[in-house]
Amino acid sequence: MLAHRQQRLAIVLFILFGTAVAVGLVLVALDEGINVFYTPTEVSSGMVPENQNFRIGGMVKMGSVVKDGLQGAEVNFLTTDFCNDVLVSYSGPLPDLFREGQGVVADGYIDNGGVFQATQILAKHDENYMSAEVKASLDAAEEHDAEVCQQ
Amino acid sequence: MIPELGNFSLVLALSLAVLLSVLPMVGVYRNNQLLMTLSRPLSSGLWVFMLLSFGCLAYAFLNDDFSVRYVASNSNSLLPVYYKFTGVWGGHEGSLLLWVLMVASWTYAVSLFSRNLPLDILARVLSVMGIISVCFLVFMLFTSNPFDRLMLNPPADGTDLNPLLQDFGLIVHPPMLYMGYVGFSVAYAFAITALLTGNLDAAWARWTRPWTNAAWAFLTIGIALGSWWAYYELGWGGWWFWDPTENVAFMPWLVGTALIHSLAVTEKRGVFKSWTVLLAIAAFSLSLLGTFIIRSGLITSVHAFAVDPERGLVLLAILLVVIGASLFLYALRAPVVKGTASYTITSRELFLLVNNILLVVSTAGILLGTLYPLIHEAVTGDANVSVGAPYFNTIFLPLMALLVVFLTVGSISRWKKTSVAYLKQQLAKVAIASVLLGIVVPLAITQEVNVPIFLAVALALWIILGIARDIQTKTANKGSFISGLKSLSLSYCGMQTAHLGMAVIILGICLTSHYSVERDVRLAPGQGIEIGSYEFIFQGVERVQGPNYQADAGEVTVLKNGASYLTLRPEKRTYFATGSVQTEADIDVGFTRDLFAALGDPRGEDAWVVRIHLKPFVFWIWLGAFLMAGGGVIAICDRRYRVRESARKDVPGQTTDGLDPSLTGAS
Repeated sequence: MLAHRQQRLAIVLFILFGTAVAVGLVLVALDEGINVFYTPTEVSSGMVPENQNFRIGGMVKMGSVVKDGLQGAEVNFLTTDFCNDVLVSYSGPLPDLFREGQGVVADGYIDNGGVFQATQILAKHDENYMSAEVKASLDAAEEHDAEVCQQ
Repeated sequence: MIPELGNFSLVLALSLAVLLSVLPMVGVYRNNQLLMTLSRPLSSGLWVFMLLSFGCLAYAFLNDDFSVRYVASNSNSLLPVYYKFTGVWGGHEGSLLLWVLMVASWTYAVSLFSRNLPLDILARVLSVMGIISVCFLVFMLFTSNPFDRLMLNPPADGTDLNPLLQDFGLIVHPPMLYMGYVGFSVAYAFAITALLTGNLDAAWARWTRPWTNAAWAFLTIGIALGSWWAYYELGWGGWWFWDPTENVAFMPWLVGTALIHSLAVTEKRGVFKSWTVLLAIAAFSLSLLGTFIIRSGLITSVHAFAVDPERGLVLLAILLVVIGASLFLYALRAPVVKGTASYTITSRELFLLVNNILLVVSTAGILLGTLYPLIHEAVTGDANVSVGAPYFNTIFLPLMALLVVFLTVGSISRWKKTSVAYLKQQLAKVAIASVLLGIVVPLAITQEVNVPIFLAVALALWIILGIARDIQTKTANKGSFISGLKSLSLSYCGMQTAHLGMAVIILGICLTSHYSVERDVRLAPGQGIEIGSYEFIFQGVERVQGPNYQADAGEVTVLKNGASYLTLRPEKRTYFATGSVQTEADIDVGFTRDLFAALGDPRGEDAWVVRIHLKPFVFWIWLGAFLMAGGGVIAICDRRYRVRESARKDVPGQTTDGLDPSLTGAS
């Protein structure tokens, strides 16, 4: 009888312990692991807190990609939602699907000069398929057109 | 004609699957031997017609029959012949066909290898598997038939197989992964059978264990191959991205691992019964959830090749029926299969319970992270968050560290009751040695203080030295060491091999993560960079012609300590049919280090951005996975799974007395 109770107690304690550890980890992890996604218009209008990592998504503006005359593997381009542009600076190889006029998502932060310093460029989806995030970004830009663009 | 034959056999397979899911089950409740016996021939029939159907699609691919829509959109006449064959599972419809073929194969395998299973149990198991086949065959025939024709204007040539998939990895990765995914349907069918009969004894666990081990081993290999493919084919040099697709394959694996351990307890001690059943249901449900998430295009991922809401809804319906029905049955019947034996706070049962809790909690954490964007969207209406690798690492790594601590204690402890003194005697030296060596060895080699590395090395040593200590103890009284080794049961050897694999993976992951040097540099021909004792010199790029692509082939010569060493030839391919561009990294694989080179993009003059990585011990990640899977296979070969029912009845007190010598050697 005693063994049986002990056993129950042990199980309950372990489940409590496990849950507590899990909840703690989830809280910590969610705090640092979540990337919020912003559109160029939202970034331009100062909605994004400084020194915070986030994702920006839009189209690579035609004719905006600059590769020459920069240091090392650096590359600059404008990302646009056809309403506002944000200058993105990145050092490294561009993904195969990176094209002018195509959708792009970049991880990074806004530096003091207002330039988006990308740590990673994502353009890994296939050509005909637009990432849901980029699509949402472009839709949002259209909606905001009236309010934000004219400001 | 051949595609019609394929379609016809698919319909026949569906009819047989319907019969299989109904007749034997009716036989069980009417106590009709004949109907129950039908389960075997029906299973083989289902398998034969699925195989025929698969063969017909392969035939259409190999003969460039572009009037079949699926072939037209996933193949091309210029495609090398082996990629034409693998193109069969390169898209949604065909991979679904492969999926169902796998279900049929497992069903057939069960009917083949379960000669010692009582007929009524076999009938139920095969019936449940028949139901699964029915669901997916109906789904395939009505929403994604691979044999659909393009009647009006069949194209002259196909649109080509996705270049990412034109690779050896694709030949082997999906079949292995599906074998694993679908293999859990066997454990699931056994679990449902146990709930239906209310009889969940040691024999039941013994029937289920080899099947679960097999599915788990396949899934292990499948995930490892997927990770390997991502490593060399995506051109980023990473091997795990916590991408939703990876997560949905990883979750059934984690639950499957928990299931393997919990089944051991159920077999040996007759406890954790309803928990085991729940895990079996969960493992298969997570496999289905994975299929659903990937196929419905619900979550953006490289693998999301079927962005079709209608298909998503049908899959969701199947998912809800399977999970809902089994959980309902579980709620009704679980109290019937309760365990009764008792155990104490330092028994192996309890350590395995900890193992299960940690694995299930980490699965829950990964599930939350994977679904969080959806939950967020449902709650706030904004599709604007994504969960990155830091979240998953924060959740997963501490839990795994804790798991490893318990791993050694659990595998060295005994069933029912292990005295604390025994554990101390066995493990005190192991603990001290692994902590000391874990600090001293990395410090001596690298001369730097790196706590995560100390921790990882110590944990890996904790496993390895624990295994050595346990084997030493077990062979101590057997005369010579060799005869001692021979006396160890295969399931024990399997367990230790798999645990050793875990240690190897830990070392691989930690050493790669911390000591990899990753450089993205702009190099003109003749320029180079130095990493450690290696010097990489970029020689430039030239145009070369492949069968169905044109490539910029780069040449990177590598010097080691100033002496000529080897040449890496990374490529940038442009495929004719689609015009899509694909990076082909070149990797020199070594036991202690990989040299990785990939071309980025051209940057004026003849300069390119070149990605050069030096990745120490990355090979160990896959080596460890193969050890794990090998452990699973070794355990399946254990004699006791092949002992016939009649012989086993003579063994007294299998589950209660704890004196059976094989008890100490369970995986």
